[in-house]
Amino acid sequence: MATQRNDILTGIIIEEQTRLSLRELCDACAVHVEFITELVDEGVIEPSGIDKSHWYFSGISLQRIRTAKRLQQDLGVNLAGVALALDLIEELQLLRTQLHKLSGPDYD
Amino acid sequence: MEFKDYYEVMGVKRDATQDDIKRAYRKLARKYHPDVSKHGDAEARFKEVGEAYEVLKDPEKRTAYDQLGANWKAGQDFNAPPDWDAGFEFSGGGYSGGGFGNGADAGAYSDFFESLFGQGFQSGREGGFHTQGGFHARGSDHHAKVLIDLEDAMNGATRSFSLRVPKVDAQGHVTTSERVLKVNIPKGVKQGQHIRLAGQGNPGMGEGKPGDLYLEIEFNPHSIYRVDGRDVYLDLPIAPWEAALGASIKVPTPAGAVDMKIKPGSANGSKLRLKGRGIPGKPAGDLYVILGIALPAATTDKAKGIYKDMQQALDFNPRARLGV
Repeated sequence: MATQRNDILTGIIIEEQTRLSLRELCDACAVHVEFITELVDEGVIEPSGIDKSHWYFSGISLQRIRTAKRLQQDLGVNLAGVALALDLIEELQLLRTQLHKLSGPDYD
Repeated sequence: MEFKDYYEVMGVKRDATQDDIKRAYRKLARKYHPDVSKHGDAEARFKEVGEAYEVLKDPEKRTAYDQLGANWKAGQDFNAPPDWDAGFEFSGGGYSGGGFGNGADAGAYSDFFESLFGQGFQSGREGGFHTQGGFHARGSDHHAKVLIDLEDAMNGATRSFSLRVPKVDAQGHVTTSERVLKVNIPKGVKQGQHIRLAGQGNPGMGEGKPGDLYLEIEFNPHSIYRVDGRDVYLDLPIAPWEAALGASIKVPTPAGAVDMKIKPGSANGSKLRLKGRGIPGKPAGDLYVILGIALPAATTDKAKGIYKDMQQALDFNPRARLGV
């Protein structure tokens, strides 16, 4: 663990940094390159860049990969199932947000 | 510490087959998986189920657990009998890593679990290679969820977070240590976004660089505002005469009160947009004000009189469109 200091740390917001390299993404999600390649093949995340060695990803991919990894490990879902689950989870979140917007705090 | 009834957690009988246990686990895991479930205590339940499965799916651990006896009740004060596992041969199967969050999550199991299975099963995790000659590797990245207030995102802020970091000591025990981080919250950050703090993850090995720490931002529920992305929603009560006649009224916004005009004849539930009054950014979010007409209570004779006057003077049927 990094030594504890009293410095005020400043970071960057990942979702607003448009580019994450394949390497960065693997480190951040603690997954192998193969897992990310499979997710790309499944259409779960979409890289930009001319070929695999120049791939880069949007910050939103980070969340999707981490969720995909958890679903696969915890529930034993295969990648096609993971892709479907992710789409449904995102749709569900959208609907919940809509519901939350419509109903006041009193109705929660 | 409290005894945990793993059979009760899984909702199976003590003589359940391994297949029964697997099926029960799959069902509960889907139900409580924190990515899927909306249950308030989903994460805690998921971990509990994961822990129960960790023991019951492994015939060695299950047999050892069973010989504690069937008389224990969940929540009862429990201490592992000395040498309780004597005579059992553990192959050291280890955790299968099924836990939620994974990675830095060695502390996910309960004290009860650790007291029974914490030692013999730990080997091989994390320990393995330490800085022996010339081995260099980048430290792993860590993740943590932190709670901030809407106001922090509005203005930017410096916040201290204390994070619990699980560690495996030389004997293989898992302990959690606490560390406090002071972090600049960037103005305009949205719910669900991640802040990357370079070099704040696990230290590297050898000359390897340390990993990064990712903070997932979540907002504390606010007493009057609701947030969606950078847009902020406010339920604003108005008086019937303000709705009917129009008015200029004071409206709270996260950045301070402003004056707002209400058109005559505003309906209950109308949504008014104050452009750019949400969370700042490019583009800035908007503040949506949802009007709710509040009725003055008719508790005094004077108030009752006014309602009666309105009834007589207005010939108002709110149900005209319903044909009654």
